[in-house]
Amino acid sequence: MANHESAPSGEVPRRRFLNGFLGGTLTALTAAVVYPVARFLSPPKIAEAVTNSVLACKMSELTETKWKIFPFGSEPGIVIETGPGEYKAFAAMCTHLSCTVQYESESDRIWCACHNGWYDMSGRNVSGPPPHPLEQYEVNVVGDDIFVTRG
Amino acid sequence: MARGKGLLSWLDDRIGLQPLQELAAKKTVPEHRHTIWYYFGGMTLFLFLVQVVTGILLMLYYRPSAEGAYESVQFIMTKVPFGWLFRSIHSWSANLMVATAFVHLFSVLFLKAYRAPRELTWMTGFVLFVLAMAFGFSGYLLPWNKLAYFATAVGTDIAGAVPVIGDFTVRFLRGGDHITGGTLSRFYGWHVAILPAVTTVLLGLHLMLVQRHGMSVPPSIERRGKAAPGMPFVPHFVLRDLFGWIVALGVLAALAALFPWELGEKADPFAPAPADIKPEWFFMFMFQTLKYIPGGSALGIENEAVAILAFGAMGLIAFLIPLLDRGIVSKGKSPLFTAAAVVALVFITVMTAIGYHAWWPVFVVLALVGVPWLAGLMMSSGRGG
Repeated sequence: MANHESAPSGEVPRRRFLNGFLGGTLTALTAAVVYPVARFLSPPKIAEAVTNSVLACKMSELTETKWKIFPFGSEPGIVIETGPGEYKAFAAMCTHLSCTVQYESESDRIWCACHNGWYDMSGRNVSGPPPHPLEQYEVNVVGDDIFVTRG
Repeated sequence: MARGKGLLSWLDDRIGLQPLQELAAKKTVPEHRHTIWYYFGGMTLFLFLVQVVTGILLMLYYRPSAEGAYESVQFIMTKVPFGWLFRSIHSWSANLMVATAFVHLFSVLFLKAYRAPRELTWMTGFVLFVLAMAFGFSGYLLPWNKLAYFATAVGTDIAGAVPVIGDFTVRFLRGGDHITGGTLSRFYGWHVAILPAVTTVLLGLHLMLVQRHGMSVPPSIERRGKAAPGMPFVPHFVLRDLFGWIVALGVLAALAALFPWELGEKADPFAPAPADIKPEWFFMFMFQTLKYIPGGSALGIENEAVAILAFGAMGLIAFLIPLLDRGIVSKGKSPLFTAAAVVALVFITVMTAIGYHAWWPVFVVLALVGVPWLAGLMMSSGRGG
């Protein structure tokens, strides 16, 4: 064993190099596997076309209940008949924790059942935990159709 | 390394590491010119583990319904980061796994490793082989594309030709009379739950038996008299195994990048079957054989049904080989079984080649047989073979 020097750690320099090289290669290989898996696991942002206007419902559908939840894009909206031929529409996703709200005819207010949040007929959050008002939409009636548009 | 010692002794106190330490210190693997074939079982295991990992990843985005399946695979292939990589690796690894399973099966067959006391190892292994094909068949439908839809229609129809239980079998497989979203749900359940559960149990048995009996030494090496020298399992065999696995991982990534798996067109039951319809390659030889069977019936059973039953019978005989091969135990050789294995291999290769109207199956088989054999010869020449 004449042709090597003992490094201060006692290990042969060549072995140390090879061990380091092997360790480094295995680390790089592991990273090459872990990185794609990590990126795969986080779901991609789906570019959604922003919805601006929908046909909410027909006038005839509101004759009995006076209000209805309808899909506005991927989120719920609410349309309420406030008087003969008069309608209001709001986003129906409670600003507290995203429950879908409903219309309470007795108090003429919008109510969220989850944590007893209340909104008035301008969408303002008047009671309970909701921190922000409901977004109000524009309503256009064409014949029997009720169109709701983001303002 | 005082901390490492502390951790090891902590574990040892609680779960007992003694057997593992003994294994690491004493276990050896026989070294001779056929040692190269010892690696194919582990390679099949590795490819199976790749399937489990990539399969679990795909499950996070896949939707198992007729309405959503194709679109979800499309989403994985185009929108999910590295989705294309994991999906193509899953498809390629499935095929490579069946190929290595074939090599493993035939190498055990030719080297007579199934003889006592390893009969159960062969039997569990044979069932695992059938399970691998079931995995392939059920997984093939999941992208819900045209090719898969009609391949499943044909495959389940063939099962229906078996007398007596045929009709029940078809309805059981399809979840009804036709291939529908219900079939897809059923196949998905087989593919991700039932087959993995059964495979886990059998694989555990198979590996336990391999560990218990060690590697079989081929009769020709045993006849030499002197005990074949062994290489230490740890670290020699393990590192060679790992090397092969890392190469396999690289091959898979290269295949996924250079030959990505196609998406095809969404399944449409009311469109005609595509012109290039064909089953997966490992079913091709059976499919081609059935094409040669003339129509008609004998003794009230359809000719096709007879052929299918014959395949089943041959499978059963193959399963029972360790119990049927008396010669290897009493005389140390069984030329009849070797000849039968050669006939089987040639038959499978030729029928696959005819089915594809191509030579590549022949070349692939020659490579799978020849390359390891040559490598094994070269690796052992220094030690007197």
